[in-house]
Amino acid sequence: MIHHSHQLKIMINLNINNKNYELDVDPDTPLLWVLRDTIGLVGTKYGCGVAQCGACVVHLNGEAVRSCVTRASRAVGQKVVTIEGLSENNDHPLQQAWAELDVPQCGYCQSGQIMSAAVLLREKKNPTDQDINMAMEGNICRCGTYLRIQNAIKRAAEIQRKGSK
Amino acid sequence: MISFSVLPELALSGKGTAADLPADWYELTGYIKITPDNVVKIINPNPEFGQNVMTSLPMIIAEELDVDWQKVVVEMGPHDAVKLGPQFTGGSNSVRMYWKPLREAGAAARHMLMQAAADTWKVPIEELTAKAGIIVHSKSMKSGTYGEFASKAASLPIPKGIKLKDVKSFTIVRNSKKNVEVEKILTGKPLFGIDYSVEGMLIAMIEHPPAFGMKLKSFDATKALGMPGVKDVFTVKLYEEGFEQGGFDTRTFNDLLVVVGKTTWEVMNARKKLVTEWEPAGEIKDTVGGRNGKREVIVPGELETSAAQMEKMQEYAKKPAQQLRKDGDPEAAFKNAAQIIERTYNAPFLAHNCMEPINFFAHVTDEKALVAGPLQAPGWSEPTLAKLLNLPASKIEIQMTRMGGGFGRRAYGHYLYEAALISKKAKAPIKLIYTREDDMTYGIYRPMYTATYRAALDANKNLIGFSVKGGGIPEHAIHANRFPAGAVDNYLAEAWQIPSNITIGAFRAPRSNFNAAAEQSFLDELAEAMGKDPIEFRLELLQRAKDKPVGKNNEYDADRYAGVLKLVRDKSGWGKAENKKYYRGVAAYFCHNSYAAHVVDMVIRNGKPYVERVYSAMDCGIVINPDSASNMVEGAVVDGIGNSFYGKLSHKEGRAEQNNFNRYRMIRHSEAPKKIEVHFVQNEIDPTGLGEPPFPPVFGAVANALYKATNKRHYNQPFLDPLTQQPTPDNKKKTF
Repeated sequence: MIHHSHQLKIMINLNINNKNYELDVDPDTPLLWVLRDTIGLVGTKYGCGVAQCGACVVHLNGEAVRSCVTRASRAVGQKVVTIEGLSENNDHPLQQAWAELDVPQCGYCQSGQIMSAAVLLREKKNPTDQDINMAMEGNICRCGTYLRIQNAIKRAAEIQRKGSK
Repeated sequence: MISFSVLPELALSGKGTAADLPADWYELTGYIKITPDNVVKIINPNPEFGQNVMTSLPMIIAEELDVDWQKVVVEMGPHDAVKLGPQFTGGSNSVRMYWKPLREAGAAARHMLMQAAADTWKVPIEELTAKAGIIVHSKSMKSGTYGEFASKAASLPIPKGIKLKDVKSFTIVRNSKKNVEVEKILTGKPLFGIDYSVEGMLIAMIEHPPAFGMKLKSFDATKALGMPGVKDVFTVKLYEEGFEQGGFDTRTFNDLLVVVGKTTWEVMNARKKLVTEWEPAGEIKDTVGGRNGKREVIVPGELETSAAQMEKMQEYAKKPAQQLRKDGDPEAAFKNAAQIIERTYNAPFLAHNCMEPINFFAHVTDEKALVAGPLQAPGWSEPTLAKLLNLPASKIEIQMTRMGGGFGRRAYGHYLYEAALISKKAKAPIKLIYTREDDMTYGIYRPMYTATYRAALDANKNLIGFSVKGGGIPEHAIHANRFPAGAVDNYLAEAWQIPSNITIGAFRAPRSNFNAAAEQSFLDELAEAMGKDPIEFRLELLQRAKDKPVGKNNEYDADRYAGVLKLVRDKSGWGKAENKKYYRGVAAYFCHNSYAAHVVDMVIRNGKPYVERVYSAMDCGIVINPDSASNMVEGAVVDGIGNSFYGKLSHKEGRAEQNNFNRYRMIRHSEAPKKIEVHFVQNEIDPTGLGEPPFPPVFGAVANALYKATNKRHYNQPFLDPLTQQPTPDNKKKTF
């Protein structure tokens, strides 16, 4: 447990994308802003700040969390993965499928969409429409690319099953 | 395909970035640069907000230049009207306005390269051919890449009037190409304005009045200044009294209370510690310039409440209004009618809700300014920025980042001026960020609209008169010269408007996004009353408009309009038994020079309507990048379903009642259709718009399907209750 207040800053250690960071930030700071402002990993997006849009989804020990409402302190001792660390060669089945189906329009929400989908795909090798709706309902896309996203998830499942790259 | 970003300082690592690229670029026209080893760089002139101009516009150049698309790198150009043309994303104009100049630029550069080869080989240029980046002189068996001749070609004058390719011979345009930035998007590279960063940059936020019609009276920043990371708290006036605003400048609030600090989170926290006192702003006089000359605009001081505004609109609707168009004798037609059908349609303000909240970077010094961020029309903002900063335009550099959505919101440069003025006062590079709450509650909204449609039928149920009277806060939506004008002998269009202090502006297909809902819903009801199939009824009217058009200035081409209706009728299996399990609705509309028709198939599950399938037919002339164009139509369909079902921004005493996505209902994954089939009319007409045209008729098609599903006409948007997600109990009543 970390004791903290607004007036007091404590060095905290975070492991992000398999890299250790020692950071001088208020442990109450949402992980989103630590990633974006302190570390400079800007693939995780700010959309609403109240866990409603999913643009900021990252993985905390493999689970999808909304980094805009996840305090940095909660990530201490855990493994954080962001879109920048999802795959080593940008070749996660989801990234492949997203490119193949040319999903994005403006692209702003897509890293959050992919991070949500990545947890789904790990848990369900052959996700149904209902599985996809359940896992993705929290991710808003104002451009309306939902159908392509859903098709890309199914395509990624196929790529994953085949073990192809 | 490799490409790199507008942000040079951010593009120095990773795959396919500036660092990998050769240094010797030879410029051929403002749009094309080629290296000696034949790498071709194409500059995209127009701001990218998801319509994929980063790909489609360079494709047009690459086609005429005739290069291997795989060897092309694309770069976003800076604001440079001399080299790069009008640079404006809006009005579905990007491809339309750049089609010819970019073809000419590609053809000119190709000619320059061939001329350089002809000079080098000492052969007539007519004996050369150029294809996929290679120039060949078959007589002498000589060949060379464009790169070999780039330096020589760059010194030649840019020729004019070079013959363009035959559209039928295209190999790049009309073939689907992947988004050139897709890999960067999928790996979280810094592309957007909110990702922009320089050494020593501070974060700025604006604390705005809690309601339209209010202004800052006093503040105490003592506590805020004591918060960690906070650098300064100060006020900035956006426009001094009498300042002549540009036509698209606008502003939400003029007196800005600003907090500047190190990080976003610290500034957010400091804002909470501000002690503020607000007061009614009263009536404000704005001076606005622009196309229509200088005029004074009185902004009323009332604290507006949507329900009361709605009632006010119904009162105004009864008053005499401005006549926009009159054909024949509509008064007599209605007087002699055997039956009159009259319906009134209403719609609320809509917030743009771009996923990337409003933001802009600015670094202003006494000598110069660098501003960078998401902006649809840099050329519109530059003159005002220069005036506000008292700098010549030559000392102002505007960079356009990728935009996380735009939909019209980012055509208004006020937030860029805010950022610049804050940077000037803070004497530091700053990035202004709106929180989602800021973005939603001080937006430039889609206006609040109403329209009453009337139809006069004779004893044989023939349509003998048609009228529309529309109004809005603070603008009406009526397009007097659109269909069904031109198809009815006796026609009347009238409009009125009520001033407001709630700021409004362009929202994807302005005005059309309401008209198509109202008019297409009315035509559906009319067809039913006349005992006609809704598609056949429209086709009859269009045939009339073609054979014997009524009046002048009819904006649409009746053949192309009918074309999309026929295409969607055929592709959707309209009237076929196998589609009976769906509640079907159809609508068509013309706007932004293109034609769109949709058939939506609706089902009801647990009392809630879902659009399961959509068939779309589009006529936008030549389609540059077909798969990407389909994506945009699919998106417009989803956007249209979402906004017609849920879209609503309401005010109580000037205060927005929705400030984030927990209160402003957006369409979500489970509500998107499971199938959207997009068909384009195949023709060789020069391309027209695509970003907006498919959007408006979705509202009408949804309304018409909803009628089938619920046995009740839906006249008031949004059609569903944002909380229960069910059709509103009595949609005829005022719902907001």
